[in-house]
Amino acid sequence: MAEQVRMEGNGLSERLKAIAADLGVPRLIIFAFLGAMVVAAFLLELPIDTLTGNILTRFGMNGILVLAMIPTMQVGMGPNFGLPLGITCGLVAATLSIEFGFTGLAGFLVSLAIAFPLGGAAGYAYGLLLNKVRGEEMTVGTYFGFSIVSLMSIFWAMAPYRSPEMIWPYGGSGLRVTITLQNHFDKILDHFLAFNVMGIDVPTGLLLFFFAACYLLWLFMRSRHGIAMTTVGNNIRFAESIGLNVNRYRLLGSTLSCALGAAGIIVYAQSYGFLQLYQAPLFMAFFAVGSILIGGASINHATIKHAVIGTFLFQSLLVVSLPVANLVVSENLSEVIRIIITNGIILYALSRRESGSEAR
Amino acid sequence: MEQKAKIPEMAQPSFNLGRLLKNNAVPILFIIICALGSYYARLPLPFLIAEITTRMARNSFLVISLIIPIIAGMGLNFGIVLGAMAAQFAFIATVFWQMQGVAGLTATVALTIPVAIVFGWLTGMLFNRTRGKEMITGIILSFFANGLYQLICLWVIGGVIPFPDESMVLPSGVGLRNTINLKAMHYALDNIVKWRYGMIGVPVMTFVAVALLCVGMIYLLKTKLGQDFRAVGQNQQIAGVAGINIDKVRILAIVFSTVLAALGQIIFLQNLGILTTYGSHVQVGTFAVAAILIGGASVSKATIGQALLGTFLFHTLFIVSPLAGKNLMGNPQVGEFFRVFVAYGVIGVALALHAWRGRSKK
Amino acid sequence: MSQRVLEMRNISKEYFGNKVLKGVSLAVDEGEIHALIGENGAGKSTLMNVLFGMPVIRNTGGFEGEVLFEERPVSIANPFEAMELGIGMVHQEFMLLPGFTVTENIKLNREITRPTLLSRLFGPAMKRLDRTAMNSDSRRALDSLGLSLDETTRVAGLPVGYKQFVEIARELDKKKTKILVLDEPTAVLTESEADTLLEAMERLSAKGISILFITHRLQEVLRVAQNITVLRDGERVAGLDRTEATVDRMAELMVGRALESVGCKECAASAMKEEVLLAVSDLRVDMPGEEVRGLDLSVRRGEILGIGGLAGQGKIGIANGIMGLYPATGTVAKGGKPIPLNDTTSALNAGMAFVSEDRRGVGLLLDQSIEMNIAVPAMQSQGKFIKGAFSLADDRKIRSHAMELIRELDIRCTGPAQLARRLSGGNQQKVCIAKALTLDPDLLFVSEPTRGIDVGAKKIVLDLLVKLNREMGVTIVITSSELAELRAICDRISIVYRGHIEGTLAPDASDKDFGIMMAGGASHGGQERKVS
Repeated sequence: MAEQVRMEGNGLSERLKAIAADLGVPRLIIFAFLGAMVVAAFLLELPIDTLTGNILTRFGMNGILVLAMIPTMQVGMGPNFGLPLGITCGLVAATLSIEFGFTGLAGFLVSLAIAFPLGGAAGYAYGLLLNKVRGEEMTVGTYFGFSIVSLMSIFWAMAPYRSPEMIWPYGGSGLRVTITLQNHFDKILDHFLAFNVMGIDVPTGLLLFFFAACYLLWLFMRSRHGIAMTTVGNNIRFAESIGLNVNRYRLLGSTLSCALGAAGIIVYAQSYGFLQLYQAPLFMAFFAVGSILIGGASINHATIKHAVIGTFLFQSLLVVSLPVANLVVSENLSEVIRIIITNGIILYALSRRESGSEAR
Repeated sequence: MEQKAKIPEMAQPSFNLGRLLKNNAVPILFIIICALGSYYARLPLPFLIAEITTRMARNSFLVISLIIPIIAGMGLNFGIVLGAMAAQFAFIATVFWQMQGVAGLTATVALTIPVAIVFGWLTGMLFNRTRGKEMITGIILSFFANGLYQLICLWVIGGVIPFPDESMVLPSGVGLRNTINLKAMHYALDNIVKWRYGMIGVPVMTFVAVALLCVGMIYLLKTKLGQDFRAVGQNQQIAGVAGINIDKVRILAIVFSTVLAALGQIIFLQNLGILTTYGSHVQVGTFAVAAILIGGASVSKATIGQALLGTFLFHTLFIVSPLAGKNLMGNPQVGEFFRVFVAYGVIGVALALHAWRGRSKK
Repeated sequence: MSQRVLEMRNISKEYFGNKVLKGVSLAVDEGEIHALIGENGAGKSTLMNVLFGMPVIRNTGGFEGEVLFEERPVSIANPFEAMELGIGMVHQEFMLLPGFTVTENIKLNREITRPTLLSRLFGPAMKRLDRTAMNSDSRRALDSLGLSLDETTRVAGLPVGYKQFVEIARELDKKKTKILVLDEPTAVLTESEADTLLEAMERLSAKGISILFITHRLQEVLRVAQNITVLRDGERVAGLDRTEATVDRMAELMVGRALESVGCKECAASAMKEEVLLAVSDLRVDMPGEEVRGLDLSVRRGEILGIGGLAGQGKIGIANGIMGLYPATGTVAKGGKPIPLNDTTSALNAGMAFVSEDRRGVGLLLDQSIEMNIAVPAMQSQGKFIKGAFSLADDRKIRSHAMELIRELDIRCTGPAQLARRLSGGNQQKVCIAKALTLDPDLLFVSEPTRGIDVGAKKIVLDLLVKLNREMGVTIVITSSELAELRAICDRISIVYRGHIEGTLAPDASDKDFGIMMAGGASHGGQERKVS
């Protein structure tokens, strides 16, 4: 009898071990850390309802940027470290919409209507480059992204915009570093059908928009072309052997990713209330990559589920750890934690042997 | 057997202008950009020379530290940031102990080397786990390590380890200030011997250090270890079959690089006289990599000459571009962004070319 | 009185219950050139792996038998110990660093060094290379081969023949080398380069260095070997000396008759017609290691055509070229209609399907379910299994189709959602066949269908192919290194040699005919095909 009990205990611990191995040590640390932060938040009597509301908002506002990682990861190009390209396209779209004087919902929709094709076009061109550097997409993408941000900084500093809300108040050429969206489409999604339950502000429109985006991407990934992309990502030689044009599907991946990035930054900005220009997009790709990896993705395999879970966990961690860190230790620490977690999880993913690697 | 002895036409070492230009396209392009930039910046020549001399002295070491991993086939070692961090930790300690002058600097060096060896060893082990992805790993590692570094400087120092020095820690007593004054060791190396020509001061000992490093590098490449670096760099499998311990050789390459980078950062900081706690190390990797690439190196090939030429060109560009930008575009910011763009862009293009060539070879 | 340098006695080796060496013995005297010949899979490489103490032998349970070196029993635990004893290996793929000079390659990791002050402080890694001494050593090794190649030349850009010599020079430079193993050294050489190599081998033999010469080229064996050991199916079937050997005799011994009753002899004969279904002419395929060089072939409707030949002769390249997986030129027409090359989609649309020899690398999406593996090719190239305006995957159809094939082909799995990675080799092969069948081909190319799967599964896979041919009327072109299985199920067998069809035989033709054809005998007679 005792024997049997011990056996069962073994079975359970084996299973737990298997789950732990599946998650990986870094993710376990992150979960433990999140748990500790939540406990600390209760102990310090932080306003749980406000925190929950914040989590929901930040979840919705970052979600699409994280979704943008899926197409490139699934098609085998790895996480899109060149995401700043898509993001700057979104920023250009938003500034154009402001320049043309659109406000409210129209402003938001016009921004999206410009952002999506612009991001797509840029992503296509970027894909042409990446097709030439197969196998080195991550390094090239990282520095390509950085270059675009500094090149676009020159653009922001010189572009002949006229709108007084965007140029420096004392004149001169160039745009401000942050542009307020107060008169344009600030929180247009967040406030749509928003309600308050138990003290929690639920940004209904934002969440609906995000989930709609998830659903559309999910449908796409289930379609013939989506499955072709996954096939290319799983095994290039298999894809070639059934007549798929590998380069075309990789182009589709980078196009879709940058288009989502462009749309994603507009959703982000409407929630945040400001457009951040110049160096702001520099590290955004890393946080998106970190998020999806925390959700369980690996370098060449990512699903909608990974993106949703990862964004939620990562944003929860940030929202909860910020006040805890500020109360307990010092300021700035939350940003430091963000950097450590993001890059730690990316390093972990890089050091893991890819399951598809034996194909080459 | 006689008719067999004909060796196929080998490239004759004849002078060929076209090939010379093609092989050195990158440095030539940057020489032109620098010349134009200097012209439009309208800086007085002595000032320019003085600036370049200073910057050559303080940056060459860092750039040269990249060479060994390139030869060992590990690409551009973005992980030298960890070496810079080791140097900064050492400085924080020696400043705290109120050490001064050459003695203080020597203590800093002595303290840095073991720390850098440990950092390099860990980095090398990580690179062995991520074989073939060393560069992206190095990039991400530098960000990750920066996070840990900040955690230590912001919270561990003062928060965990008592650090009773008001001039160094924040008013709250936890975390280091944004800048740490290195006045006690300012120019400790540069000013041992300094030749002056009007505006231009030549830090002789610093250049001697760089020269010693160059000689040391040349020597190293002629040793058994140097031969192993080159063998592993060409083909790990073949080197392994021949019995070379590839993993160890690769780790040693990174250890060398990290230690040299740490020494380079010490030279850099003693010249600056001030340590920006949260910033001095951040761009070390990017700027050094950009410099060596501008000098004509690639991901798989680099020489000391390329490192020195690259340092010269990159820093000339650094000095002249804000002024040239202001004079040309009426906006000094543009020049500022331009030089950052050049740094990133050059790395991006070099990596892309490397991958492109690697693919067409297959 | 010449000394016995190497002797292997009664070597047996099992891989997972599969006997690949059955009591093989071999002896080589000082200065002897000893040829080891046999078909692919006859056990030559396993025997060499035993000799060199390769980890793969130890990791799979070691071997039985005895190895004697210079008449003393030895136990060789790894390749370095073999090298220490004086057994030198020249690899089939060159182990040379292109950026190094000839000397640096010859002396790789055996550099001559001089101590310095730094090496006394920091250890031997800081010793300085003595290039003069290294160069003169390599010079000596090159001279002993009669090669006047400058030892300071870089290896990159040297012709293949020279690289081979540098490899050999490296082994000679290891002073202890008593015996040299050359594994198909002439496979990559032109005729004249091969001649020079054979001369050099004789020169070494005269100096007292023994050579174990593994090759497929029987003419070369006759020219240089003093003794010949023939392996077949893991057994030593004969030991000949130079005087008793002829090309015919060796060919016959090599191939032998090892017919098992694979396939279904009792079912009806294939519906082979005279009508040509596929006509291939002047096909050239650039598939590294398996180049096809101007090959003509016709496949008749309803037959099972076998394509045989030794590894590296180009048989694998044929199907890969026709299906557009490797760059190809030439003309291919199916049912009279020309089919563009280098275009997989057209090939698939023409009703051809391909089961690749590289099951895990090309044939499968290892991390996808069985059902997706089966459905994806047809979905992408023929638009099957999709529904609606957004062309979404039709899960129900995919599932029911997979269930049907799992039943029909008897794929042993936990269900259609199981990952392909988790299946055994034989079942993975069935999934590959299932996905090809889903394309409804009337011509099916199958490459190496039984490679890497166990004996029981082999028979099942071959039976399945016969069944497809007989019951569904699919014309099948099967490429295999195992002649026995081709002879069991094919209507005709074409043998490929050096990238072209050497000849076509009936499955019951004599062993000698097959053997000679595989060794290129037919064209070795008079006009040698120049290949470079």
